[in-house]
Amino acid sequence: MSQSVSEQILAFVRGRFPQEQFDADQDIFQLGFVNSLFALELVMFIEKTFAITIETSELQIDNFRSANAMASLVTRHQPVGDAAVAV
Amino acid sequence: MTVIGVIGAGVMGVGVAQNLAQTGHDVVLVDVSEQILTDALATIRQNCRMSRFLGGPALDADEVLSRISTGVGVDTVAKADIVIENVPENWETKRQVITELDAVCAPHTVFVINTSAIPITRLGAATSRPANVVGVHFMNPVPMKPAVELIPGFHTSTETVERTRALLAAMGKKAIDVRDACGFISNRISHVFMNEAANLVYEGVASAEAVDEVFRSCFGHPMGPLETADLIGVDTVLHSIEVIQQHYADDKYRPSPLLKQMTDAGLHGRKSGRGFYDYNN
Repeated sequence: MSQSVSEQILAFVRGRFPQEQFDADQDIFQLGFVNSLFALELVMFIEKTFAITIETSELQIDNFRSANAMASLVTRHQPVGDAAVAV
Repeated sequence: MTVIGVIGAGVMGVGVAQNLAQTGHDVVLVDVSEQILTDALATIRQNCRMSRFLGGPALDADEVLSRISTGVGVDTVAKADIVIENVPENWETKRQVITELDAVCAPHTVFVINTSAIPITRLGAATSRPANVVGVHFMNPVPMKPAVELIPGFHTSTETVERTRALLAAMGKKAIDVRDACGFISNRISHVFMNEAANLVYEGVASAEAVDEVFRSCFGHPMGPLETADLIGVDTVLHSIEVIQQHYADDKYRPSPLLKQMTDAGLHGRKSGRGFYDYNN
């Protein structure tokens, strides 16, 4: 599951920067692609796509550095037990 | 305690209200419907949540929102000491709102016009208090931007300018003094950049990506002119350059045919999902 989450996030990032090569562990902040607008878009995309609300305390760059880091954040919000009560 | 009225709960009004509240001011936010105001408060809550992540201060949304009350219609700000008007950049809309404010507010109330192009002297003349009318061009997103343009009209008093400068300082804003001339400094230059960038794409000289890359990588700008146009709205950029062209009657501001075509085609930028770039993925 975590892998598919990571792939979806990676596809979103690649869609925004089609001329660049990214992999799931790459630090997109260090590459200089993330401005405040794109950071905001990332948070919106993740919350909408995975139906989660990211806590203010989790809104830190370390949680958004790479597709895998973002996937870990998502999976922390999606324990198996929650799926049954999500609707 | 100074009460500050904020007219218009769109992007700029919401930013101004939040900026005021987060710096300890009591704000009355006004628009034409309850629904717009409800949405505005939700936007402010979301913006407070994101503030620290985007490089701003850590904000307690409940505390910020506790300083903002809302109301429908300009009567709500009748007791305000300063009113900041943020309605759309349309002469007739601005004129109507300032005339209504002039009728309900106390004679000492200062009217701050948030505009990037509308002549302050002309709006001041539509009121009974041109000495109390001053222009401030806030930048978007308001709470994140450290400076504004401060524009006295022909009859604006020194006292009004200094009261406004003090309020801006209390909001964390440096005021850059500009005389009252259509487009001031920022739009007079930025819109020529955006318009000419659109012409380069229209003529096939370069792609939008290439134009923006020159601004980012060669000039060190955080964003290129075409991604900025997409952020502002291609239709809004067209409208502003048309206003500047008409005001100066100078064809050096002639709008790019590409801006016109994109506006007609609904390619308005981020807000419509597509402009110079595609945001639908």
